[in-house]
Amino acid sequence: MLRIYLDNNATTPVLTEVLEAMRPYFGERFGNASSIHHHGQETRAAVERARDAVARLLGCRVAEVVFTSGGTEGDNLAIVGLTSAGDHVVTSSIEHHAVLLTCKHLEENGCEVTYVPVDGRGLVDPDDVRRALRSNTKLISIMMANNETGVLQPVEEIGKIAAEADVYFHTDAVQAAGKVPIDVKRIACDALSISGHKMHAPQGVGALYVRRGTHLQPLFFGGRHERSRRAGTENVPGIVGLGKAAELAMQGFEHSDDKKMSTLRDRLQRGILAQAEEAGVNGEGAQRVPNTSNIYFDHIEGEAMVISLDLKGLAVSTGAACSSGAIEPSHVLVAMGLRADRARASIRFSLGKQSTEEEVDIALALVPETVARLRELSPVYKRQAVSH
Amino acid sequence: MKNAKTIAVAMSGGVDSSTVAAMLRAEGHNVIGLTMQLWNQRRLAGHEGMPETVTGRCCSLDDVYDARRVAEHIGIPYYVVNHEERFERDVVRPFVAEYLSGRTPIPCSLCNNHLKFDQLLVVAQQIGADCVATGHYARVEYDDARGRWLLKRPADRSKDQTYFLFGLTQEQLSRTLFPLGGMTKPEVRELARKQGLALAEKPDSQEICFVPGGDYKRFIDAYLAESGDALPDTAGELVTASGEVIGEHGGIHNFTVGQRKGLGVATGSPLYVIQINGADKQVVVGGDEHLYSRTLRARRVNLISVGELREPMRVSVKIRHRHEPAPAVLEKIATDEVLVTFDQPQRAITPGQAAVFFDDEIVVGGAWIA
Repeated sequence: MLRIYLDNNATTPVLTEVLEAMRPYFGERFGNASSIHHHGQETRAAVERARDAVARLLGCRVAEVVFTSGGTEGDNLAIVGLTSAGDHVVTSSIEHHAVLLTCKHLEENGCEVTYVPVDGRGLVDPDDVRRALRSNTKLISIMMANNETGVLQPVEEIGKIAAEADVYFHTDAVQAAGKVPIDVKRIACDALSISGHKMHAPQGVGALYVRRGTHLQPLFFGGRHERSRRAGTENVPGIVGLGKAAELAMQGFEHSDDKKMSTLRDRLQRGILAQAEEAGVNGEGAQRVPNTSNIYFDHIEGEAMVISLDLKGLAVSTGAACSSGAIEPSHVLVAMGLRADRARASIRFSLGKQSTEEEVDIALALVPETVARLRELSPVYKRQAVSH
Repeated sequence: MKNAKTIAVAMSGGVDSSTVAAMLRAEGHNVIGLTMQLWNQRRLAGHEGMPETVTGRCCSLDDVYDARRVAEHIGIPYYVVNHEERFERDVVRPFVAEYLSGRTPIPCSLCNNHLKFDQLLVVAQQIGADCVATGHYARVEYDDARGRWLLKRPADRSKDQTYFLFGLTQEQLSRTLFPLGGMTKPEVRELARKQGLALAEKPDSQEICFVPGGDYKRFIDAYLAESGDALPDTAGELVTASGEVIGEHGGIHNFTVGQRKGLGVATGSPLYVIQINGADKQVVVGGDEHLYSRTLRARRVNLISVGELREPMRVSVKIRHRHEPAPAVLEKIATDEVLVTFDQPQRAITPGQAAVFFDDEIVVGGAWIA
C-alpha cells in the first residue's frame, strides 16, 4: 500500500542527509566525547560542530546550548531547574503535557502556578500574562507554537513583559524549530527547548538554550557534561543528527522552504474545505507554523476517521500523539472554546520536508470521501439532514 | 480468496479473541484488530479500600500489550478505540445503582448490549468492516424457515456465554461472528499454540473486569467517593419472612439473594437472604426453604428466535450464568413483561439477573428479573 505521512507534528522521518551524517558515529567514530584520546577528540569535535549549528539555528552562543534527550527533558530541565518551592509560575492552558504536568509537579511541591487562557483562535493574550504576575513570580513558560493547531504565540511580547518584571521566560519551541526562524534575542527568553525528531533528526535528542549567566539546577547528577547542566555521556549520533538537521533547516529558510510549505499546506486545507461542508480550521485567524492544519469535521468521530484513513494509507492524528486512546477531548481545543464533540471531530494534518504535491492530492481525494462515509453512518448527522 | 470479508475482531488480549483473529486471518479475510478501552484501571487505584497498584484485568496495559503483540504476530492492523465514557454511563453507573437499590446486576450483559455489539459495531462499520467477530462461546446462524437470525448454545457447554448475549438484536446478530462456537476450550488453546500465539497458556479471566479482586462493595465505595457522591444510606433492618425484626444491616448493597455469610446474626438453623426490599431498605432472611419459588416476572424483554410471544411457550430457563436451564412455561403478561412458571421451584431467583429462555440449544430470548 502507498503510505502517505501527514503526521509530522508527532514525529518526522530522519532525512537522508541527516542519516548519512550520523552513520559514522554508530560505527568507526565511537569515542566517548569526554575521553582525552583520539577517539574522544573525534566525537568531541562532532558534538561541538553540532552545537555550533544549533546555536546558529537559535541565534545564541554555543555555550548556551545544552543537549538533552528531547523536548520533554528540555521542558522539565528549564521549569524544574529555574524554580524552587515558594515560587510562582505563569504558563498557559494549551501547553504540551511536558510543560503542563511539570507545572502540576511543581504545584505538588510548594509552587503556585497560574494557567492563562487562550482566545478562540488559540492565542495567549500577553496582557493576561502581565496581569498574572505576582511578587513571587519566578518563571513564565509559554510555548512558541502549539503542537495541535500550529498557532504561533506572541512570545516576543511576552519576552518583554518577562524582562520588565525581571522573571525568567522559558518557551517550548519544539513545534517551531525548523519550521519558522527562531532568534532567542528577539524573543528575549532565558530558556528555549527544541526536539530533534520534530525537525527530521532522530528521536531521543534535543537541546535546551539557557541564557548565559542563568542559574539552572540540573535534573541529573553525575559527570560534568554539558557544563554541569546535564550529566550523562552525550548521545553523539543523535547530537550529530540534530546538528545536521539544524543546518538543513537554516538552508531551508534561505531557500524559502517555509513559504513553499505553507503554500502546500494551504492547498491541502483549501481543497479539504472546498469539498467538505460543516468543516473549518481550528486556529483560523491566528498566525500558524507553515506545516500544520487542524480541521474539524462536525458529526464525525475523529478516532474513526484516523483509523479509516490509516487503513487507506494516510497517516494523520486526532491531536497530540500522547493522547491517542485518551478519553478527554484535546485540552488545547477545549481551551479554545470548542465544544467537546467538535474537539473530538478534529483532525490534525501536519506536513514535513518530505511531503509532496502528489501526496497532498491523494489526501485530497481520500479525506472528503471518508468524511462523507462517516457522516452517512452518523445518527446525529442523518437526523439533522432529515430535519433540514 | 473469493469470499474474503473485512472483519473487525474485538481483541481483549485473551486467548479466545486472539485465536479468533489468527483463525480469520489464516482463512484469508481482511482482519482488523480492535481493543475497546473501557475503563481506566488506575482511576480508583489508591482510593480507600482499593489496591494502590493496578490489579484488574480489563483494559489493563498488559492486555492491550498482549493484543497488540498478537496483531503484530499475525500481521493485521490494530487499533485501540476509547469508549470509557459510554462504558461508565451504560455499565458502571447502572451497576452501582442496581446494587444500591437491592438488586444484583450483570455488567457483562450491559457491556455486550451497549458497547461490544453496539458501539463496536458502529466503529467497525465506520472503518469499513462488514462485521465484528468476538471470542464468545456461542453460535449465530440464519434460519431460512423462520427468516430470523438465531443465537445458539456452543459446542463447549462448559464455556457457554449465551446467557450474557440474550440482548442481541436481529440487526446485531446479522453482523456478528462467533468463530469459536463449534470448538472446545482445549481445542482453542491448541489452535492458539499452532498459530504460535505466545499467550496460548494465558489463564481465563473470571472476575468482573472493572472490579479488582471481585470486591464490588469496595468498588462502589471508592467509585462514589471519587465521583464526590456520598454513599446513600442503605442501612436498615434485618427481618424474617413473618416480619419480625431480628437485627440491623449496614446497607442493602452488601447483600444478594441466597447469600448466607455476613448476616451478622446467630441462629440455630442456617439463615439466607431471601429478599431485599429496596424501598424500605429491609433485608428479609429465612431458611433455605424460603429461597424456592416457582415463578418469576421479568421485564425489558428481548426475543431472538421468535418475533413475539402470542401464546404460552414451553422453554427451559436459566436464571443465572451457572444454572442448568430448568423447564418452564413462558408467557407474556404485559407490554415488555413476561411471567415464567417453572415445573419445579427454583432456588434464589435474584432480581437484577437475567432470565434467559432456551428451546433446546436455541436462545428464544431473555429479560431482566424484576
